[in-house]
Parts: sequence; structure tokens; C-alpha cells
Amino acid sequence: MAPDFFEDPRRRDIGQAAEEQTFGGSEALAETVVAGRGRTLRTDAWRRLRKNRLALAGLVWICFMIILAASADLWVPHFFGAPTAIDTSKVAQQSLLSPSADHPFGTDKLGRDILSRTIYGARVSLIVGVVAVAIMVVIGLILGAVAAYYGGWWDSIVMRTADVFFAFPYILFSIVLIALLGFGLQTVFIAIGVIGWPSIARVFRSSILSVKNNEYVDAARAMGASTPRILFRHIMPNAVAPIIVYGTMSIGGAILTEAALSFLGVGVQPPAPTWGNMLSEARSSLFTAPWLMLYPGLAILTTVLAFVLLGDGLRDALDVKLKE
Amino acid sequence: MLTYIGRRILQMIPVFIGVTILLFILRAPGVLPGDPIKLITGERAISPALYNQIVKENALDKPLWYQYGRWMDHLFHGDLGESYQLKRPVADILIEKFPNTLKLALVAILIECFMGMAAGILSAVKRYSFWDVLVTLSTSILVSLPVFWLGMILQVIFGIKFKEWGLPYLPISGMTSADFPGWVHYVLPAVTLASISTAYAARITRSQLLEVMGQDYMRTASAKGLTGGQVIWRHGLKNALIPVVTYLGLDLGAMVGGTILTETVFNWPGIGFQIYRAILSRDWPIVLGAVVIIVILVMIINLLVDISYAFLDPRIRYGRVAK
Repeated sequence: MAPDFFEDPRRRDIGQAAEEQTFGGSEALAETVVAGRGRTLRTDAWRRLRKNRLALAGLVWICFMIILAASADLWVPHFFGAPTAIDTSKVAQQSLLSPSADHPFGTDKLGRDILSRTIYGARVSLIVGVVAVAIMVVIGLILGAVAAYYGGWWDSIVMRTADVFFAFPYILFSIVLIALLGFGLQTVFIAIGVIGWPSIARVFRSSILSVKNNEYVDAARAMGASTPRILFRHIMPNAVAPIIVYGTMSIGGAILTEAALSFLGVGVQPPAPTWGNMLSEARSSLFTAPWLMLYPGLAILTTVLAFVLLGDGLRDALDVKLKE
Repeated sequence: MLTYIGRRILQMIPVFIGVTILLFILRAPGVLPGDPIKLITGERAISPALYNQIVKENALDKPLWYQYGRWMDHLFHGDLGESYQLKRPVADILIEKFPNTLKLALVAILIECFMGMAAGILSAVKRYSFWDVLVTLSTSILVSLPVFWLGMILQVIFGIKFKEWGLPYLPISGMTSADFPGWVHYVLPAVTLASISTAYAARITRSQLLEVMGQDYMRTASAKGLTGGQVIWRHGLKNALIPVVTYLGLDLGAMVGGTILTETVFNWPGIGFQIYRAILSRDWPIVLGAVVIIVILVMIINLLVDISYAFLDPRIRYGRVAK
């Protein structure tokens, strides 16, 4: 949920346990019972999500950012100028303008429009968030499933490896990986994705363990279903809700981490605009142009908050208990 | 108690070995596409003769297990390699910077402790009130806030704007200056470093206290005729705060690891800022050395916290965790 959110996994667990106790899922459960038959889990969950105004606001904001980022090429350069174009002849006049009709968010040191750069920055943030979380979910699902389903030695190996990963402060670990792999967008994906898997693996492992001994799994096995079939057809669909919730929140965390890495200069490299490196550039004009830091920061805050609120709402709607 | 401590230390050993193997593998040649020599020389172009010499000196032509043993041997002797830019042993640089980081982290923990617990108690005792909503809402915002951005906002408001408006202002950079007494320099960095943790501490305090308040012994205490305040202070907090105290301990470890952003924003001369400057100058031996040390430190702090937790709550040391 926050940069530090990823640094200490225990903190994350405690935080979620705390939240979970705050917004109990029991009301949602009671409602399901009353609602009775004729509805699938999905429509039920959607109905409950719609009632949660904060989660809905988060969803709307996320959609808004996606549309803005996806359509940027069509209109942003036309109205506000390209995010990376520097007109060398006009840098002096265009540099560090305060917000005006031409440049609603002002311009930076090199005369580039801040609004345009903020919108293009959304691309990097959203892509990193989604891809990095996709990587961590895939690794986490596979290893979590192996640990829970096979148990024994497999379980020990996977879980002890997870402990090793948890011992690292998150930001430092990603910096080391990037130092060794070189700079670039792909490296950021890998650095955030590879380091995040243990939490997903833990959550998935415990949720598999809780459904593994149900009668319907025994029934499937008695009918001669193969192991992969049992895993994919019978266990996964019943164990996947916590992953949806956790994944949604992790996108917020990944966006924050990307911003922090870019801020430290090891993320996506300039001149490509990212919210993190815009803030890093804004540091040098803190005295002369403090508004430079306002919008990229607000963009990070609102987007991450949107994912966190949506994740909270999904947890209540899907009646997930994230406590191990 | 001793058995418990012994068991915890034994459990730590495999994780420690795993951590060192992982850190070693990352920098071993051939594991990642990057060239390990680059870590030693930086981006400079070097002659083949020098290249071979570096390979020999660092035993990069020997088998991996040998290299690992050599690396561990150096680690236990406090040898973390040499910074190629500052031309000094990495260990010396880190030892010099570490106290500054620790001081900042301790001040931040103090802030977190008071603010977090106070906010948590307030919102639990006055549940569903205006204050409760305020605390819950602000903790949600705090955990979504980039720390470095919060630091910059504080700098602009309390450092730059207050000065312009002629109000008493705060220093925004470094640990010492001619204009201010030393402790004033701690205010903004410590508040920034404490921000997110304070939000979590408040949430944990709130949920723990709410849980404890639902217990039978709390009802018994009020039935005995104790006032609301006495019930909360004597019976409620004592039980509710154990997890909070543990969290604060773990957080000290997390802060030492997470201080890089705060220190960078405030030019605080600690380990984090040193790592940041090493990144800028591609001085990887410092970065890797600092990470090794921080990881080991965090593990030791966590071990101590676990042991103290067992002191506070006897259920833990007998292996009967009530969950």
C-alpha cells in the first residue's frame, strides 16, 4: 500500500489483519445467506461492491487514469506539447512557468509541460503496476500451489525461500537487482515482480490448505481426476478470491515502489517522464518553483489510494479473510 | 525461556545462510546477464590485462562454492570490499554513517509510539465518532502517500514558506547548521520517516483494543465498579499493547532498511543517503555492502524482538499462541 508497505512483510500482514478486523466480513456473509439461491458469487460480489462508495470511487478513478493514459497520444501533444520535446531556442522563456491557461500545471526547468508529463507518467506507473503484479502473481501462484498441494519437503523449501526474501528490505533488494541487471523498464518489472512473490505464495498456500480437505476435492479424486485437474478445476476457483484482493492492493504498492525507484534514479530513466523522476527533478527547484512537485505527487497518491480502496472493497465484497 | 531463545536462534541460521547465498548468487559471474567485473570497476573501460588481474584478485575464475566460502570469510572478518570512488573500505564508511541513521530511526520510533498509540486509543475508545472516522481516513491516506513526496511537502511548507512569511521555520537539509541547534534538524526527517508506520501503529492499536474490549474480563472489570478510564488503562491497554510493542520493534528494523528515501530528501548523512550517492556514482561495492549489513542487522533486531515478545507474553514461549 505504501513504499514501506512492501519493505516489511510482517507489517503488511499486521496492517491487513488490523484492517480486516476493522471491517468485518460478517455482515456481507449474513447478506449472502439471506440472498439465497439463484445468484452466482460474481453477481453477488458485484452487488456488494456497488454499495461501497469508496471502492466505487477508486474504480472510477482507476478507469479515468487508464483512459487518460491510453488516449494520451491522441490529444495531449496537440494541446499541451509533447512530454519530452525540448525547444532549445525557447528554453529560457519557457522554463519554470507558473500554471497558466497554456500550461495548466506549469512547466519544468527545460520548458516541458507538467500536465503532459504527468499524463504520460501515468502510462509508466500503470504498466509497471500491472505487469509487475502479474509477474509476482504467476510466480506466487505456482510456488504457493506446489507448497500447499505437495506439502512436506516442497512446502519447507518454498516457505523457507519466502522467509529469505522477506528478510530483505524491499527497496534495497530491488536496487541490488537493478544494479546487476542494468536500467530499464523491463528491469523494473522484474525487480518489483520477482521480489513480491512470497506474499502471494503465502496467501495462496493458506487458502489452498483451507479448501484442500473439503469433500468435493476427495470426491473428485475418488472419481479419478488427475492432480492438475483437481488443482485447476476444483481447488483454484475456490482459493483465488484472496489473490484478487491481494493483487489489487499490490498494484498500488508496485506503483509506489516504481515511483520510489525512479525518484532514486534507478527506475525508468529520463527523459521518459515518470511520476518518480519528475519529483526527483522537482527537488532542484524546490525554492523557485514549488508547484512542480505538486501534481506528480498528487497523481501517485490518488492512484495508489484508488487501488487500496478498491482492494478494501473487493475484500469485503468477496468476503475474504486475509489473516493467515 | 532459554529453550525458546535457542530454538529461535537455530531457526534463524537457515534463513541467514539463504540470505547470504542469495546475495552471493546475485553477484556471482554468469548468474545474471550483467558482468560482475562491472561492479568492481564501474562503467570505466579497462584493458584486458587489468581485467584478468581483477578476475584473479577476486577469485572469479575459481568454482562458485570456493568463491562463496571466500566471500563469507571476508564478511565475518568485516571486509566488505573497497569503494572504488572513495578508495576506502566499505565497512569503514558504513560504520561512520550508521549512528546517524540509528539516531534518526529512534527519534522516529518515539514519534510513532506516541502519535500512533494515542490516535489508535482515541479512535477505539470513541468508536464511530468524528475522531474515529478522522483517524481511519487519515491512516488510509498516509499509507498511500509516497514518503519522499511527504518529505518534500514538509520542506516547502515548514522550511521555505514559513521563512518567506516570517514565521519560525525549520531546517530542511542535513544534520547540523550554524543557524539551528542540533535537535531541530531531526524534526522534519523524523516526522517523515515515522509517517507511514504511525498510521499502521494507529490501526493495530485500534483493532487490538477493540478486540480486547469485547473480552469477558473487561465486562467483569466494569461490573466490579471500575470507571471507564480505569478499565481501559488497567485492563484494556495492558493486553492490547503487546502486539503494538512487537510491531514497534520490528519497525525499527524496517526503518533502518527503509530510511533511504527520507535520508535522500533531507540530505541526512546516514547509510541511506550514502547508498543513494553510491547509486548516483555507480559505486556498487558500497550499495551491496550496505545491503548485506542492513539485512543482517534487520535479522538480529527481529530476533531480539521475538525474544522480548516471549518475555512479555508467556503464551508465546510455551508454544501456545492463542489465535
